Amino acid sequence: MSVLNTAAPAAAPAASGSATWRLIKAESRLSIRDKVGPLWGVGCPLIVLIILGVVPALREPVEAAGGLTYFDLYVPVLILFNLAILAMTALPTTLAGYRENGVLRRMQTTPIGPARVLSAQLAANFAIALVATVLFLAVAGLGFGVDLPRHPVGFILSWLLASAALLAVGLLITALSPGRGAATAIGTVLFFPMMFFAGLWVPVAQMPEMLQTISHYTPLGAGMQAFQEAYLGHFPSAAPLLTLAAYAAGCTIIAIRWFRWE
Amino acid sequence: MPAVIEVRNLHKRYADKVAVEDVSLTVQEGEIFGILGPNGAGKTTSVECIAGLRTPDRGEIKVCGLNPLRDRAELTRRLGVQLQAGQLPDRLQVAEALELYASFYPEPADWRALMHGLGLADKARTAYAKLSGGQKQRLSIALALVGNPKVAILDELTTGLDPQARRETWELIENVRAGGVTIVLVTHFMEEAERLCDRLALIDGGRVVAVDTPAGLTERARIEQRIQFRPSRPLADHLLTGLPEVSGLTRRGELVIVSGNDNALNAVTAVLARNRIVAERLRVEQASLEEAFVQLTGGRLDSR
Repeated sequence: MSVLNTAAPAAAPAASGSATWRLIKAESRLSIRDKVGPLWGVGCPLIVLIILGVVPALREPVEAAGGLTYFDLYVPVLILFNLAILAMTALPTTLAGYRENGVLRRMQTTPIGPARVLSAQLAANFAIALVATVLFLAVAGLGFGVDLPRHPVGFILSWLLASAALLAVGLLITALSPGRGAATAIGTVLFFPMMFFAGLWVPVAQMPEMLQTISHYTPLGAGMQAFQEAYLGHFPSAAPLLTLAAYAAGCTIIAIRWFRWE
Repeated sequence: MPAVIEVRNLHKRYADKVAVEDVSLTVQEGEIFGILGPNGAGKTTSVECIAGLRTPDRGEIKVCGLNPLRDRAELTRRLGVQLQAGQLPDRLQVAEALELYASFYPEPADWRALMHGLGLADKARTAYAKLSGGQKQRLSIALALVGNPKVAILDELTTGLDPQARRETWELIENVRAGGVTIVLVTHFMEEAERLCDRLALIDGGRVVAVDTPAGLTERARIEQRIQFRPSRPLADHLLTGLPEVSGLTRRGELVIVSGNDNALNAVTAVLARNRIVAERLRVEQASLEEAFVQLTGGRLDSR
């Protein structure tokens, strides 16, 4: 056995991409193999989108939604569904598992350090979400004739803020949960009420006024509000954008402050 | 030879108990240095402090002249660590893990050669979760070496391995050392320590009890030899008990058991030869490291 004398030419690692990039690729590959994100975060909302698309009753305009139909409203709702699954279930489960199994600890002994694994997981989920959103918009548009948001810049900004807010919530769940099981449980329990306030079951516009107000201060509710305005052709108003930004910043700060590496 | 690791008066306590009371040791370049002791003796905490993973409460540590906490970035490039509780993502494959970890270092080893050398080549596309305990352990060793470290810390290297895999791992470690890597081996297996280590630190109750070569430790414990045989003809006790090298004689059935110092065997066989007695079924028991350990610490190794 010649385990040693194995020094490779020093140029090799630099030529084949930086460690960070490799880490992001590895984490993306692992996320896809893990199937939680692809199945629940992408496959499930996509199927729901297709099923709802063939229901004629959903092509009626929703009262107080500025002329958008029920189905039109479901497109951004399902985009938020995707973000919420990836950020609040897939991300915390994976990262808390890494902490529990000593993956982060092993990283701590390398020049890269465990924080880079966190960033790579965030980047991987962000990338999957981006692909999913483009896919949903394409299916809704080409398959069922749903127009793209009439204010694209406003929509992109809202989407970026919504992903930042949800990933930050996911990071906070990771930081505060004692283990992998708890992280999954917290993420799942939070998922349903948050999706309710995004209008998954009842469009927000049809909720009682008090619930609408609450909705506007939840991350998914604020995201939905901003998306809806962008769909109608306006630049989203300040309130939902600031709400999303506040969730993103606040949760990130608390997560960093309290993050347990082991 | 220059010291690669210097630890002086290391002390570390956790909320409820003192893990390391007072540990000082020096590891020389190119040696295999063993840290031996029962579970809970403070071995792992000590090496975690050396690796910069824990902050000591008191004491000084230098690894390759670096402070493990202050010079972390530089230290991680020179020190490979295999931890007891360090795993990989379940679905990461062997080759992917090695390639990824190799990319973390400025001058990595050739990970493919490492993979072959460790007998993992046919598992290149196998996910971490599907590996056997021995294969995980070998991958873990490979990851500790993939950065081409000057020093490698290996914690409980062969725990959970079957005897065959354990022997193969030992061979591997000897090869690694032959390549110029200084190795710190944490273990509670006597056989492993005896076979691999140039020098050993015995740790018990958070303190270093002794530092010496395995032979030196055995000698230090002053454990007597035991010589056991069946005399071909009746043998008078006084022929042997009169010898200065012999300290005791007992009989069990037709067996004679003589205890004495290192030279007792020579003295006894000389007397037997003079009296034309053949020592049948002759057996000599040397003091083992295990006995030395018990003698030096007054404790037991595996029972805890």
